Amino acid sequence: MELSHFTAAFVFAVCASVVFGITQRDTPRDMVRYGAYCFALFIGGVIAASWFMWILKK
Amino acid sequence: MANANGTKTAPETPAATPMALGALALGWLIPGAGHLLLRRWGRGLLLLAAICTMFFFGLQMQGKVYAFNTGDLLDILGFFGDIGAGLLYFLARGMNWGEGAVHRAVADYGTKYIIVAGLLNIISAIDAYHIGIGKKQ
Repeated sequence: MELSHFTAAFVFAVCASVVFGITQRDTPRDMVRYGAYCFALFIGGVIAASWFMWILKK
Repeated sequence: MANANGTKTAPETPAATPMALGALALGWLIPGAGHLLLRRWGRGLLLLAAICTMFFFGLQMQGKVYAFNTGDLLDILGFFGDIGAGLLYFLARGMNWGEGAVHRAVADYGTKYIIVAGLLNIISAIDAYHIGIGKKQ
């Protein structure tokens, strides 16, 4: 299976966020919110790191 | 926490029940099964889907499944991460999946996927235990 770097990071973020959301919060509402928060941090971190490396390369 | 005499006491630790220990063991063997045992159907199915997806994506990306070893520290840690996936790990080892393809960058991602799937499964099994002892809803 050939995944791009971003797709691999996206799948990773989805799966990890689901588990973090369910296990780290008590109520369904909080689980969804925390899962979304983790997902945003994962993807935001990937994009930020990508731009940082692009700037570093320049 | 203060008792009737006003002196401080340590908070009570919920006692481990056979059901909670069963949820812990089953949750380790089969991702999400601990939650299913405790009738948390939605959570159990989501955990099963997320962890299995991660594990099988890792295998499809030709990630490596570590065998027990006493070599390099990272290899030892890789084994402990992998074995967290329970029966998925033994299935992969039994079927000779996860030989690893060191010349492909995506295979390295796959190796990490498999390790993280195992670690996430440990977290979910412990969560099932906490539900079993009443520490969590």
